[in-house]
Amino acid sequence: MSTAINRKPSDPQPQRRINWRHFFLHSALIAGSLVMLLPFWWMLITSLKLEGEVFTFPPSLLPYQDVYTTVEGHDRDLQLFDVTFEDGTVLEMAQIRRRGREAEMIVTSNPEEIIMVGIDQREPQRQLAFEWRNYVDAWNSQPFDRYYINSVVVAVSATVIQLAIASLAAFAFARLRFAGRDTLFTLYLATLMIPFPVLLIPNFIMVTRYLGWYDTYAALILPPAFSAFSTFLLRQHYMNLPREMDDAARIDGASSFRIWWSIVLPMSKTTFAALAIFIFLGSWNSFLWPLVVTNSAEMRTVPIGLSAFQGQFGTKWHLLMAAAVVAMAPVLTIYAFAQKWFIKGIALTGIGGR
Amino acid sequence: MATQPTELANKPKSTSNWRDSDWKYRLGIGNWNPNQQSEAYIFLLLSLLGFVIFVVFPIVYSFWLSFQEWNLLSPPEFTGISNYTQLLTNDDTFRRVLKNTLFYAATIPPIQLALGLLMAVALNTGIKGLGIYRVIYFMPVVTNIIAAAMIFQFLLDKNAGLIPSWVWQFNEATGIRVIPPDFLGSTFWAKPSVVLLTVWKNVGFTMVIYLAGLQGVPEVLYDAAKVDGASNWQRFRHITIPMVSSTTFFLLVIQMIGAFQLFAEPFVMTRGGPAQASLSIVYYIYQNAFEFQKMGKASAIAWVLFAIIFAITFIQIRLQKRWVHYEVEG
Repeated sequence: MSTAINRKPSDPQPQRRINWRHFFLHSALIAGSLVMLLPFWWMLITSLKLEGEVFTFPPSLLPYQDVYTTVEGHDRDLQLFDVTFEDGTVLEMAQIRRRGREAEMIVTSNPEEIIMVGIDQREPQRQLAFEWRNYVDAWNSQPFDRYYINSVVVAVSATVIQLAIASLAAFAFARLRFAGRDTLFTLYLATLMIPFPVLLIPNFIMVTRYLGWYDTYAALILPPAFSAFSTFLLRQHYMNLPREMDDAARIDGASSFRIWWSIVLPMSKTTFAALAIFIFLGSWNSFLWPLVVTNSAEMRTVPIGLSAFQGQFGTKWHLLMAAAVVAMAPVLTIYAFAQKWFIKGIALTGIGGR
Repeated sequence: MATQPTELANKPKSTSNWRDSDWKYRLGIGNWNPNQQSEAYIFLLLSLLGFVIFVVFPIVYSFWLSFQEWNLLSPPEFTGISNYTQLLTNDDTFRRVLKNTLFYAATIPPIQLALGLLMAVALNTGIKGLGIYRVIYFMPVVTNIIAAAMIFQFLLDKNAGLIPSWVWQFNEATGIRVIPPDFLGSTFWAKPSVVLLTVWKNVGFTMVIYLAGLQGVPEVLYDAAKVDGASNWQRFRHITIPMVSSTTFFLLVIQMIGAFQLFAEPFVMTRGGPAQASLSIVYYIYQNAFEFQKMGKASAIAWVLFAIIFAITFIQIRLQKRWVHYEVEG
């Protein structure tokens, strides 16, 4: 557990030996990585396969297709095969049509001479080919552009609004003294124990019946914008900030708003960034709430759209997987560039800011 | 805190040591700076508004609803505790759903904890490539659950799925007859399939939290144990596990709460089927509210769910003394 740690880089290296412990660890970790990556890979290659190739057995981990070629005198492209003759020679031939256990085939250089070949003698030629059209088809079969816009609008505004509301409230809880502060804060904490499904139905009824927000951005953005958890997290963070600065500012006559804006906020950039990623990701991936408060395709977010897409296409896996790639791509791309922040953000908020 | 300058400056002259003893302060009705009082409520305005409208009122409303029968069309009808008694005594689906959810709660957290700890310990050995492994293992955490569930649905599909196909290939290659189960279509395998997806999706989170916990374990403990001749396993068992037990406790609590609230996974993968074999409590709430229009019953189920989560969390907190090791600070 500690062998590698005790050696300083400046120490003379002992003769290079294979560190068997690390070798086995790497083997296990790489195997684990493959397991974690396999679903992504399977999604990606399926999204690039022809529909007919999805169901082939044995399954192929790369998107292969049959090869076709144009031959003079034939209207449609002919499929290419490798034909093994009895004397062992292998010839590339194109098939005109199949007749029972045999097939009419030609050599492409000599399209006049038709040779009958047993179907067991031929092996279809395969080539790596990416069926990008799946993406076009998937994209066009549902208004994914609209889903994207909705998701971005909802996730960005939910993040900004939630951060603003929570940071203001957290400042009051951490730095100001007022009647009912501790009682109120305890009440906030107490509601953290209430699971979301309890709030789901009354919020749905309220939003649709009393507020008239059914199928609007307001319904998607505002109810989730208040979060006792974010308030709690930021309050804990503010409590740990040194107070000397705001005391000095107060003596200089700064208002609380000024202290919040010019002192506390700038000192909280890291926590804010972490929390922002956490909120954004939660909003971007949220499913149950948008599912119940949206109805029209114009208001769907990406996850809801994806679910509707699934309902529409059942087992057209090549399209479903293309849509899944489309849904995953933006967050995974950002993750690739800012993975440290993602991990930090989720870990920090995950452990309640400890 | 009591020695902070502001507090001293604001401290009323008449009372001494108000912070600890004054009940008025504790109730929040005495001793404030009138200046900060009004300011504070401006800071809190939006938050309070959201809190009351989207949290406090819905809680009360939901509780009230759980004693009504209401299909959203005719006016709600008070039925006393019949929603609850019906659920607990006369609802086979609810019993099945409860069993399913208990299965999720009993399997997902332990598997995730074990795998996550294993991965974290492996990565905490000073091995090269920690960053890359962590990025890979954490990747599912940031992905969309709907897309992930669709992929797993496809991986396990009996006609085109990769996993069944591999089993068939294994059959052909070895001649050993193993018939791959119809994962999503069998009442036995539907739940484990959901568990598989959930673990794949969340184990990276567990690992990252454990890694943070492991980095707080002082190296001297391992060195001392080594000197005493402790084996790898002994060091893992008697140092690592107790030293990360507070992390384990935290993860156990939140994962248990999460497992009780599974929804999207069965919704996408199995639609709760076959024959409700993978239906979860939250899915059942969803069905009652938004498919059968039984708002009262759905609310009652939600409160039963709350009671279960509350009880289990409470028991865990009570039991933590027995196994959670908290480091004494200082």
